[in-house]
Amino acid sequence: MAAADLAAEPAVGAPLIELRGVGRTYANGTCALADVDLDLRRGEFVTLVGPSGCGKSTLLNLIAGLARPSSGRITWRDAAAASIRDARPRIGFVFQSPTLMPWARLATNVRLPLDLAGVARKAADRAVADALARVNLTGFAHHLPRELSGGMQMRASIARALVTDPELLLMDEPFGALDEFTRQRLDAELLSLWSAQRFTVVFVTHSIQEAVFLSTRVAVMGARPGRILDVLYIAEPYPRDDAFRLSTTFAAHAHRLSSRIADAGAGELPDAAAGGGRAAARGARPGQASR
Amino acid sequence: MSGAAKRARLLRVLAPLAVAIVMLAGWQALVTAYHVPVYLVPSPLRVVHTLYADRALLFASLAVTLGVALTALAIAIVAGVAIALVFAQSRWIEMSFFPYAILLQVTPIVSIAPLIIIWVHDTRTALVMCAVVVAIFPIISNTTLGLRSVDRGLANLFRLSRATRWQTLWRLRVPGALPYFFGGLRIASGLALIGAVVAEFVAGTGGEGAGLAYQILLAGIQLNIPRLFAALLLIAAAGVAMFAATAGLSRLALARWHESELPRDE
Repeated sequence: MAAADLAAEPAVGAPLIELRGVGRTYANGTCALADVDLDLRRGEFVTLVGPSGCGKSTLLNLIAGLARPSSGRITWRDAAAASIRDARPRIGFVFQSPTLMPWARLATNVRLPLDLAGVARKAADRAVADALARVNLTGFAHHLPRELSGGMQMRASIARALVTDPELLLMDEPFGALDEFTRQRLDAELLSLWSAQRFTVVFVTHSIQEAVFLSTRVAVMGARPGRILDVLYIAEPYPRDDAFRLSTTFAAHAHRLSSRIADAGAGELPDAAAGGGRAAARGARPGQASR
Repeated sequence: MSGAAKRARLLRVLAPLAVAIVMLAGWQALVTAYHVPVYLVPSPLRVVHTLYADRALLFASLAVTLGVALTALAIAIVAGVAIALVFAQSRWIEMSFFPYAILLQVTPIVSIAPLIIIWVHDTRTALVMCAVVVAIFPIISNTTLGLRSVDRGLANLFRLSRATRWQTLWRLRVPGALPYFFGGLRIASGLALIGAVVAEFVAGTGGEGAGLAYQILLAGIQLNIPRLFAALLLIAAAGVAMFAATAGLSRLALARWHESELPRDE
């Protein structure tokens, strides 16, 4: 397939968030993120890929409102697309670890966002049962987190993020700690949830394969300072399944993405040349990332 | 339960029991063989006999001492947790007052006890106060640490859900602090008893409300060494019982979910 076809931009939904010149500098002077411009549209599945320390998690926290940008601004658009709104949309957040309350049963864990929002118990219980069903955990409502496997805990964590019916789902390397088989299965499950409901997803990962399999769009990020170096479209139809993973199209996308990451790494070389060891580490990075 | 697990549990009871039997038998044999006078080292049998003969006196004293220790422990729990909750609200409050909590902890109780006994007219109240001073610190420090040791991700989740301070406290920080609190409670239970006994020594209260420490003091003066040993035995037993009770309470509260109370093989 020709490169032009691979890079085709798909039809997109109404704007949801605009990031303009967003940066984040810590009190000690470390610049975690500099001058990020990014538009997120409704129904998109955007993946942030990049080496450790490139500000992927920081960007996610800024979008979630868990941290404030030290420069630039983040603007929310309402469904009418034209007008700006003040309030953040309903956001679901899935962390690197399941972060379930170990003392509470699964139903209580999943119900937490609704309890905190003061949703009536009956309606909340219905939503919890529905969310557990969507992640195939029906029947585990009364289990404690420690009684479940890592993959099941992660699914519970996703159920908790989905229980508020979010417009935007932020996921910070959610499956990074899981084994490859479980990760692939959860990736597929996540895609089918997303296809059914079409919330917007921002997904952080180290894995090129995962990024290609899931995303409509991939943002390649670089470190020191953290910034977005390149944005690629993965214009392949959904549903994507295991056959897609094995297809030459998949391999072509993965190759294109890893060479973009390599380019991004090479682009960094001049300013890193001062520190020889660091420059070598950067040169090695694309190879590591593509595994 | 498998046969191996059953054997392991049996061994955990039998092994210390065997040690006790050997030691007591050795003690009894040495005392008998060398004709050690009873006012130096009484034999175990003699101690048990004295415990039975003086039971009215000794158990009344035990009730007094245990009453002081348990009252002090209850006060230390309520006040300690309350102080920890205040400390956890703000770093400034904690920074301002924590050094004084440490001061209270490191100053030996024997040196504060006389003051408290002079200032507080009612002796029993004074004794309880001394024991509280000793027992409260582990509860304050452990519970404060627990209230602060919140899982980062969960804390972010609560912020994302726009949880109020109160919701975060009751739904996240308090349950998360329970294992720490129970750790403090185990230490405090032993310290409450020690505090009560030390305070009784300093106060030297006799008569109706005499505690075990007074019995030990008096028995020492009268060279009634078997009674001294019997009183010691009762104090030790009371300490073990209080520790076991708090450990049981901890297991009851945490067994479902916390690492410290889970079976080893999981």
